Amino acid sequence: MADEHSLGELLREQGISRRGFLKFCGAMASLMALPSSMVPAIAAALEKAQRPSVIWLSFQECTGCTESLTRSHSPTLESLILNAISLDYHHTLQAASGEAAEAAREAAMKQFFGKYLLVVDGSIPTKDGGVYSTIAGISNLDMLHEAAKGAAAIVAVGTCAAFGGLPHASPNPTGAVAVSDIIKDKPIINVSGCPPIPVVITGVLAHYLTFGTIPELDDLGRPKSFYGESIHDRCYRRPFYDQGKFAKTFDDEGARNGWCLFELGCKGPTTFNACATTKWNQGTSFPIESGHGCLGCSEPDFWDAGSFYQALSTPITPVGRAAAVAAAAGIVGGAAIAMHNRHTKAAAKTAHQTVTIDDLEKPSGEAK
Amino acid sequence: MSDMALLLWARGPGLQIALTVFIIGMLLKLFEIFSLGRKKDLSTPRPGKAWSGWKTIFSRSLPDRTLLKRTFPTYLMGYTFHIGFFIALLFFAPHIELFRKTVGLGWPALPTTLVDGVTLLSIVALLLMLGYRLYHPVKRFLSTFDDYASWALTMAPLLSGYLAVHHLLLPYTLMLAIHILSVELLLVFMPFTKLFHTVSLFISRWYNGDALGHKGARL
Ligand code: SF4
Ligand code: SF4
Repeated sequence: MADEHSLGELLREQGISRRGFLKFCGAMASLMALPSSMVPAIAAALEKAQRPSVIWLSFQECTGCTESLTRSHSPTLESLILNAISLDYHHTLQAASGEAAEAAREAAMKQFFGKYLLVVDGSIPTKDGGVYSTIAGISNLDMLHEAAKGAAAIVAVGTCAAFGGLPHASPNPTGAVAVSDIIKDKPIINVSGCPPIPVVITGVLAHYLTFGTIPELDDLGRPKSFYGESIHDRCYRRPFYDQGKFAKTFDDEGARNGWCLFELGCKGPTTFNACATTKWNQGTSFPIESGHGCLGCSEPDFWDAGSFYQALSTPITPVGRAAAVAAAAGIVGGAAIAMHNRHTKAAAKTAHQTVTIDDLEKPSGEAK
Repeated sequence: MSDMALLLWARGPGLQIALTVFIIGMLLKLFEIFSLGRKKDLSTPRPGKAWSGWKTIFSRSLPDRTLLKRTFPTYLMGYTFHIGFFIALLFFAPHIELFRKTVGLGWPALPTTLVDGVTLLSIVALLLMLGYRLYHPVKRFLSTFDDYASWALTMAPLLSGYLAVHHLLLPYTLMLAIHILSVELLLVFMPFTKLFHTVSLFISRWYNGDALGHKGARL
């Protein structure tokens, strides 16, 4: 549970040297995409920072986001961050279960009211009173309302919490919505992705820990430092896109030459995320580097954007039927117009009267 | 509505609606034109002119020498715009993907930089044409709302496409959505504005060529 010690004291207690601490600050700076000139300021801020209490609620989700987060924490950096915050409730990661777990959540909510950071992964089902997902008999909807009240800020981790994600996909049987659809009066940071890149999750937590503020956000509530550029803009295959060189199948020559994956359905141009720069698995690689197009997982409604293997410029619903129906209607309508025109013409012909010379010689007014 | 939601609407229902209106509109217009009917020309056709209608369809695309001299700017800008427009439409890789997906036909793309330059030329040509239309008293006198609307409907996809590719002005996702929507608008209005000339020019050229050929005119 969070305590009154500052982070500096805490790390010293754990036997971490000044040098190790500065190294940690340097890593934090790069994590937050800040220049290294910021390191002294970060060190000063962290020295005094209190370990914030973090309550992590998992709603309608697949645990992929938590899995992602844990992948990042075996080396020192992220484990330090987990030491640097006090994760008071996370029903996958905590040791306690059942009533003890819920008691821990309630205690943290009470003790740090107004100060704790609320992290949410998964969407919130709203249909039928929210019965489709409950924890300890409490619906996700009610738990979110309750937990949000005392939160200093909310971090929506994963596309489900940020935009509704997979549960929200058409026809959305549970009426799933994003955190921001329900909570309107708290700052919300959307850390989207399915799942988000581990260091992006920890980077956002690091920012909050260091500065006690929320980072600059884009129009979808995502931190600009990680979601400021599209995959396409930073993609190393971009020169091939510009030259018009595209892989047509996953194992043709183009694919082997590393050409652009646009025609194979890459959604990189409309996807804003840090995959192309931060990469996955400790900077090893990212999907496009392994030969698969971007799915667009950090964008709203990416599940409903047509097939993952269909080019971005193509229609997401087949147009053949609409075209056929329209053609039939056009032909019927056109035939009707043609008939009408013929009719008018024929009528004009029968109504036509020949004029004789006598008619013309009659004084005007009498002519009929 | 988020940018992505707009894009998805444009790629889904929006396209369906636009295509439906386009096809119905085009067919109605065509039926209307063909059902007008023409009086039969009872005079004996002059010999060797059977193909003059078909020939005219192509020959009218070439510049006429006298007119070329007298209205050079119109010719220059007209050609630049039309050629550029068709290169951008038919040889930009994402567009070819669209054709492959919808009509099942595909062909090799031109490099993006080339398509890009040609698009810019088309845009400039369109702007100059508007300027010329407003500046030239006769052109201005002859112009109706239809002309300006047709200009705007043509300009919108070119400009939004160019801005989208270069990530200018608006976020790419939104600009792409606007680009697709502008094309859909173009489809919707094509049958009901002067843009219908994309189809009717073939009919009228054939008709004129055939009628003149019948009379023995040299084409
Ligand atoms: S955003 Fe993706 S990974 Fe995260 S909980 Fe939802 S479905 Fe799972
Ligand atoms: S592979 Fe995808 S992100 Fe990379 S250049 Fe091609 S379309 Fe853009």
